[in-house]
Amino acid sequence: MTGGIDFAAFRSEPAANALVGRINRLTERAGGTSERPIALMEVCGTHTVAISRFGLRAMLPPGLRLLSGPGCPVCVTPLIEIDRSIAAATMPDVIVATFGDMMRVPGSHRSLESVRADGADVRIVYSPMDALEVARKNPAKLVVFLGVGFETTSPIIAATIVAAAREGISNFTVLPFFKTVPAALDMLAAVPGRPLDGFICPGHVSVIIGSDAYLPVARDRNIPCVVTGFEPLDILAGVVMLLEQVVAIREATGSAGVAVQYSRAVTPEGNTTAQGLMDDVFAVYDAEWRGIGVVPATGQTLSKKYEMFDATKRLEIDVPTPVGESGCICGEIMLGRNLPPDCPHFGAACTPRSPVGPCMVSTEGSCAAFYKYEQGWRSGDPDGTEEK
Amino acid sequence: MSEKKIRLAHGSGGTLMHELIEDLIVGRLGNPALDALDDAAEIADLGGHAIEGGLLAFTTDSFVVQPLFFPGGDIGTLAVAGTVNDLAMKGATPLYLTLGLVLEEGMAMPDLERVLDSIAMTARGAGVAIAAGDTKVVERGAVGGMIVNTAGIGFIPDGVNISGARAADGDVVIISGTIGDHETSILVAREELMLDTPIQSDCACLGGLVRDALDACDDVHVLRDPTRGGLGTTLNEIAARAGVGITIREDDIPMRQDVRAVCDILGFDPLYMANEGKAIIVAPAESADAILAALRANPLGRDAAVIGEVGGEPGVRLRTSVGGLRPLLMLEGVQLPRIC
Repeated sequence: MTGGIDFAAFRSEPAANALVGRINRLTERAGGTSERPIALMEVCGTHTVAISRFGLRAMLPPGLRLLSGPGCPVCVTPLIEIDRSIAAATMPDVIVATFGDMMRVPGSHRSLESVRADGADVRIVYSPMDALEVARKNPAKLVVFLGVGFETTSPIIAATIVAAAREGISNFTVLPFFKTVPAALDMLAAVPGRPLDGFICPGHVSVIIGSDAYLPVARDRNIPCVVTGFEPLDILAGVVMLLEQVVAIREATGSAGVAVQYSRAVTPEGNTTAQGLMDDVFAVYDAEWRGIGVVPATGQTLSKKYEMFDATKRLEIDVPTPVGESGCICGEIMLGRNLPPDCPHFGAACTPRSPVGPCMVSTEGSCAAFYKYEQGWRSGDPDGTEEK
Repeated sequence: MSEKKIRLAHGSGGTLMHELIEDLIVGRLGNPALDALDDAAEIADLGGHAIEGGLLAFTTDSFVVQPLFFPGGDIGTLAVAGTVNDLAMKGATPLYLTLGLVLEEGMAMPDLERVLDSIAMTARGAGVAIAAGDTKVVERGAVGGMIVNTAGIGFIPDGVNISGARAADGDVVIISGTIGDHETSILVAREELMLDTPIQSDCACLGGLVRDALDACDDVHVLRDPTRGGLGTTLNEIAARAGVGITIREDDIPMRQDVRAVCDILGFDPLYMANEGKAIIVAPAESADAILAALRANPLGRDAAVIGEVGGEPGVRLRTSVGGLRPLLMLEGVQLPRIC
């Protein structure tokens, strides 16, 4: 790993300035204005964080707006599923294993972090294989791994389930909350009440599913899709490629298509081995997205063949339907109708310390990214100069 | 979360820990020596007896780390270096330490010997003597192997006046080397991560390096070691104490490529990763070259660099490598590994 990656090549200020110059010209040519900006949506939490962390938003012209879609897997997990995770953690002889992001997400009453402080056995793991190791070492306990994630994460979990089956580790289970990206983009494209001129498609997810997965969205919804890498220059280059398509559509010289900026990692067909694994282990279902609702065929649960590893089939996890409105506008943000600072709770009632919604607590949540990196930035205040 | 309980986040060096210290502890125990909240307290009189030619620096620190042994050091080197560095960050010459050991039932005797050998060697290297000590044994599972506490006394000669409050407009901000090495090495050393990198903890005693810097410039304003909470949190503490603004440049911050890569993989920000052998030095701009030359002549300061300036609106800002400018806040809670 040492010396293998030249980060400087993806983070150069002169190169960034050159790309921003092209973005300025293309935005103007496409007719983007501060009243009616060109709106591009990223749907990957890693993009959300990179855009905020490198201060890219403030470098872009007022006629161009970057929206944060439902790209953070924690943020799209509905409250009832958080409540189920917490309920599982408080059951006797259960160990909940999870990626760190889930720890502080508030459920209806508690969080995993707070039930752990009260003695529940909740363990942060870096990989589902670590959770399998926990199961191996604790044969008298039932290990419940919280299966949160998109197609980047779910194949690794599928591989872990296959390994558990092969080794006969029957005390390893997964609580499946997986979501899939392409069908969600189709849903986002159809959302009324806000303009959307292009998708900054996720790099990691596309390594698995391939860039061809976006062809239906581009063709049927006439929305340009560019699969983009995560370094700041990748993102700026991806924006240029999207704007080129927007200009072509507006000047009636072309139609929407799928392009790949992140060509060093993404192929049209993707990782077919991982896709085969997912097809074997998972079954498609109509998933509920937090703040958005049930979207047909956008979730993955365990297939019949592997249902003995489904925690919901092994534990009686009954939780009441969550009641009451928090006033959190996570849903509106993820649909691209608002940005985090538009929420009345943002930075006031809702901070990373006492989050109202998951978007403020997850590392990749758009509210957390705005809070951490873009305080002072407000809608219509792209320079961040306006007083709070 | 309204439940009033201690959470792990209270120990992470971020805003929660600051509130715990300032509200709960200083609120009850405050006195002139404690209230400054620098790395070490300055003590000017000993029950009415003046101290000739300077002041005493006095500090304490407890050490918990998993695993106990990691590339570049162990809990013993950490326990000596941590307290020696807290003294050094006041410009003090470290002199005596105490050593408190809380050992867990079942700890392997050779492990304890190894830690004690590290303590002896590190103390000898730093020129400090262990002047008093204590041992306790607790039940298996209570402390994860062992906990070490050290307290230390040093001497601050007259003429040295170093405090977080002295950062002033026009000063430069210098870091003595690459950031994030210690916490990243600990992360990698935990077996569950299965990453194969040669990242070593930077754990080291900085008394000599600080002496070199003070010899090169007799008007150093601030010295701090960015331990828990990392560079980002410590700069925020300095900015808040002095009521100044600090702008640093991402491109100028020395960082190992592998540290950056591991942090990228896990979703951690190296600016918030703990260091155990680095110093932040804030000093007038005109002395920057002399300090840099002195630091770079010492093996512990080989990668030293000017990373920013003091000035502008209060708060800490980061100029990103692509030219963006964004706030750099104090760490909130703990950094948690991300999903993808």
